[in-house]
Amino acid sequence: MRKPLCDSLVARSKNPNMVFLTGDLGFMALEPLQQTMGERFINAGVAEQNMISVAAALARQGLDAWVYSIAPFCYARPFEQIRNDIAFHHLPVKLVGNGGGYGYGVMGPTHHAIEDYGILLALPNLTAYVPVFDQDIPAVIDAAGDSSTASYIRLGRGEQPADFEVPAYAPWRQLLKGHGAPVVAVGPLAGTYIQVLREMPEATRPSLWAVAELPIHRHAPPAELLEQIDRTGHLCVAEEHVERGSFGAEFALYLMKQGKQARISHLYARAHHYPRYGSQNYLRKASGLDPQSLLLALADPS
Amino acid sequence: MTTPAQLDASHLVNIRKRLVRMHYESGVGHIGGNLSCIDALSVLLNERMGSEDHLVLSKGHSAGALYVALWSAGKLRDEDLTTFHRDDTLLAGHPPASGLKDVLFATGSLGHGLSLAAGTALAQRLKGESGHVYCLTSDGEWQEGSTWEALIFACHQKLTNLTILVDHNRLQGFGGTDDVASMAPLWDKLQGFDIDVQIVEGHDLEQIRASLDRPADRPRLMVLETTKGKGVSFMENRMEWHYLPLDEKHYQLAIEELSRS
Repeated sequence: MRKPLCDSLVARSKNPNMVFLTGDLGFMALEPLQQTMGERFINAGVAEQNMISVAAALARQGLDAWVYSIAPFCYARPFEQIRNDIAFHHLPVKLVGNGGGYGYGVMGPTHHAIEDYGILLALPNLTAYVPVFDQDIPAVIDAAGDSSTASYIRLGRGEQPADFEVPAYAPWRQLLKGHGAPVVAVGPLAGTYIQVLREMPEATRPSLWAVAELPIHRHAPPAELLEQIDRTGHLCVAEEHVERGSFGAEFALYLMKQGKQARISHLYARAHHYPRYGSQNYLRKASGLDPQSLLLALADPS
Repeated sequence: MTTPAQLDASHLVNIRKRLVRMHYESGVGHIGGNLSCIDALSVLLNERMGSEDHLVLSKGHSAGALYVALWSAGKLRDEDLTTFHRDDTLLAGHPPASGLKDVLFATGSLGHGLSLAAGTALAQRLKGESGHVYCLTSDGEWQEGSTWEALIFACHQKLTNLTILVDHNRLQGFGGTDDVASMAPLWDKLQGFDIDVQIVEGHDLEQIRASLDRPADRPRLMVLETTKGKGVSFMENRMEWHYLPLDEKHYQLAIEELSRS
């Protein structure tokens, strides 16, 4: 998603108030933005705590402040700076984390971001965006850029099948229709399920939903999804994020508050517990997040 | 207190007495590190800072000194100070995130302020504004890695509109700065950066003024040689006054001594 990110930011940089800070990342990706923005493109060096606080101060002075790094360096290292300097002051800084989830797979656990939105959404005044497809990026940049809250944009890799027509961006989207129990997946993971699910008979195929904005109270789940949960009594949630602080936990609480009862199957990231590393797909499989694991979970909800 | 055009020794005595009274009436500690930085804060807020200038109190535990310096400059009322550290106050034990126009940022977690000041200075440059940004750090705060990140950034960005002040009173929470995690001599290390460093007697108003007014083509850093608990002999250079609140006896002794000075 880095190419559409760069293109979208170049377009946005026509706004002279925009300032972009990178933690010494963006080689072979962000050069066009650097060339366009000139002195408003700042390589803040390998110093993420400082970068976040500088961005907070820029926003405090009315500038449109964007920050970019590999996802864990964007939210984990400078967490206190995000909490104290951005969130406490209601400043609309945009944090862009590349390689969310297991995006940096075999690079090892320091580069994994599988507790990112759970941690950040514990803070006030923060919205997380998890774009599903490359085509979502312009809309996400616009939404985050125009938001009055701080934003965390978790970039991944769009993974839709070649013959799949991506629907226009929305916080909630139904990607496939079926009569089975619905599946809700967060971000690009949803795209990895399209092929295996559409090969199922419509009578048993789940409806596949993708969610791209959190927390849930920003955009209530669509009535059609709630009707599907009511009708089938079952919901499957899949996300490349640990269970604690997960979207699945938030959604379950939401449903209980609505007085709805449903069995929830929750597929989530577990690979901090594994001694071996591999690609993003390897780690998804190790966590039971791959398409075959989803089919097993749907066949046996217990 | 009426706002003077230029502070003199008597003004500083009154400011110190108001600071001590505020802490006594609220039962609040941290008086030692407030007394060490009150001279520089008072000069800044009364004499040097204009409407486009900004101050970031990175050593947020000296909020008391900030509030009283703001009071001395006519930016807080006397009755505001009576709410210090009490329920439903804006004057929290560390500077608040909102509610006080002259307080840009909530501080109190050490190592944040210099980055916030650098970002503010950078914003002013990008916007073509003429203001100056001041940041008061503690000397113990230079043990925070993020402070050095901020120094590198400020120097690299050539933020000539930034002045960093270090309250070098040599005492921190549980020992002397040279005993806990020595940076001595701190200014030698700071001078290794592309920054204009000056050592200043931190309780000498003329030296503070002269240093603030010195032109510089780089970011400026003033190491204020200060005394923890300055002005109250039983507090001076005593670590316990980093924390302790004043009881009635200590309060009376402090006021009597300040009144004689």
